[in-house]
Amino acid sequence: MQPSDPVAALRQAFPKAVQDVIQFRGETTIIIDPPQIARVAAHLRDAEGLKYNFLVSIVGVDYLPESPRFAVDYHLHSLIFNQAVRLKVRLEEGQSVPSVTPLWSGANWQEREVYDMFGITFEGHPDLRRILMPEGWDGFPHRKDYPLGYEVVQFSFNFDEINRNKPYAKE
Amino acid sequence: MTISPEMTRWEGTLDELKHLVSPRALTGETVLLNMGPQHPSTHGVLRLLLELDGEQIVTVVPDIGYLHTGIEKNMESKRYEQAIVMTDRMDYLAPFSNNLVFCLAIEKLADIDVPERAQIIRVLVAELTRLNSHLVWLGTHALDIGAMSVLLYAFREREMILDMFEMISGQRMMGTYFRPGGVWRDITSEFLPAVEKFLDYLPGRIDEYEALLTKNPLWVDRTQGIGVITPEDAIALGLGGAILRASGVNFDVRKAVPYSGYETYDFDVPLGLHGDTYDRYIVRVEEMRQSLRIIRQAAERLTKVKGPFRTENRKFAPPPRAELGQSMEAVIHHFKLWTEGFNVPRGEVQVMVESPRGVLACYLSGDGGNKPHRVHFRTPSFVNIQAIPYAARGHLIADLVAIIGTFDPVLGDCDR
Repeated sequence: MQPSDPVAALRQAFPKAVQDVIQFRGETTIIIDPPQIARVAAHLRDAEGLKYNFLVSIVGVDYLPESPRFAVDYHLHSLIFNQAVRLKVRLEEGQSVPSVTPLWSGANWQEREVYDMFGITFEGHPDLRRILMPEGWDGFPHRKDYPLGYEVVQFSFNFDEINRNKPYAKE
Repeated sequence: MTISPEMTRWEGTLDELKHLVSPRALTGETVLLNMGPQHPSTHGVLRLLLELDGEQIVTVVPDIGYLHTGIEKNMESKRYEQAIVMTDRMDYLAPFSNNLVFCLAIEKLADIDVPERAQIIRVLVAELTRLNSHLVWLGTHALDIGAMSVLLYAFREREMILDMFEMISGQRMMGTYFRPGGVWRDITSEFLPAVEKFLDYLPGRIDEYEALLTKNPLWVDRTQGIGVITPEDAIALGLGGAILRASGVNFDVRKAVPYSGYETYDFDVPLGLHGDTYDRYIVRVEEMRQSLRIIRQAAERLTKVKGPFRTENRKFAPPPRAELGQSMEAVIHHFKLWTEGFNVPRGEVQVMVESPRGVLACYLSGDGGNKPHRVHFRTPSFVNIQAIPYAARGHLIADLVAIIGTFDPVLGDCDR
């Protein structure tokens, strides 16, 4: 079994899903239409000659002045053919994307992390809660308009006082 | 007693987790028990919500984030060479692996060359880091299960490794020794003799650990058949390192996607058969022996290969001190590097390395400036802790301690 080219295979199987292809430093980035990402990923995982069966990571990125603003990158690696590919979806604020947790159970926490840090929601995710930040946290820390600064540690006795003066990202 | 608002808040947190435990927990048929975050066998601040049927585990819900320090966010406000310092603080048992993956990502993004001598030093130090981390894992894992003496022996040997780190980087733990384009400085004269001494010393000590544990009936009883992970599950969960290989999946980043010249070293990748705690122990101990093989080859090469330890590309590495007195250009480069840093092109790369805990990947996106646009670390502990519920289901609560130990989590690595 020879490995086949992921770009050509996807263009054939999903002619409308592939929006763009970027080659940079030997890495292939395929930009996918967001609603189709789960189907495309399932095809890459299972199809003969592709077998991208190892999900390395899911990364959220915020390209603030640009539109669409957000991106979610899926890094897949084929343990059988030993090759890698990056899928990328570009999302507007408030737009959600299908979850790949049904395909890889390991995607569960990685999607929760993207949700926690960027506020991107994943449709069909079984347990979309905050993971690294506390449950009641307001705002999404990895967004580019979320300020970086010193913060007084919140305890129950000074919770309200600190909460009032917090530099929230909302306005 | 009246119910205070604080108490209702706690009830609220349990409501949030209701969909993760079985319906029997809500009727009171099974017991919900909180383990951690401050618990000696959780290796840091890992909180587990256990659902117990008698002594048997029905569900485990891991809760992480107690050590989240926003390292990735902080890196976006620091120049590339400043950001390296933060990578040490993630996985504090394998700081040089984190240095390495970040430097490799910068080098790939900015297309920087690394001289051969620097690559050999990197391999040598990365393998010492693996030994350092595995020794702590072995000691604490054995301590968790009840074999106290192994911890004392393992930490005795680890001390020698930390001394060697101090010789090259000046620090015992957070070395920040790897820099874009090479290493900070050449190895010192006492380093190689210390490595030689260590290479002669450690194999016998590993035999001693094995004599204490491998055929010890108590150890075998506590580890064999505990926390079995099938190869299919291991791949679907994205596990890496010894955990993946103990399930029989042959994936080692050093072999599959070689970096820093690993393809030129002669070493084997140990595989397990059953995917249980015992196999993971055997695989890691064998990995220590293989690391020693790599270190021996690297030390031999270092005596032969001379030359620069950092790239000659002055846009990314400062000129040596001697050049500053003679060359105006060198002064300008030095000034620019220390005031402004270096700029990397716009683009994104991802680099994988084999950290002691598994697949460590760094995603780096540059925007043309001197600070990263986005850094993301796919840290092995973050992914591996996810597998604890899969491995622990149906086991006794006492075995959970062995299962946490065998996943070798570092919570700083997990929460970043």
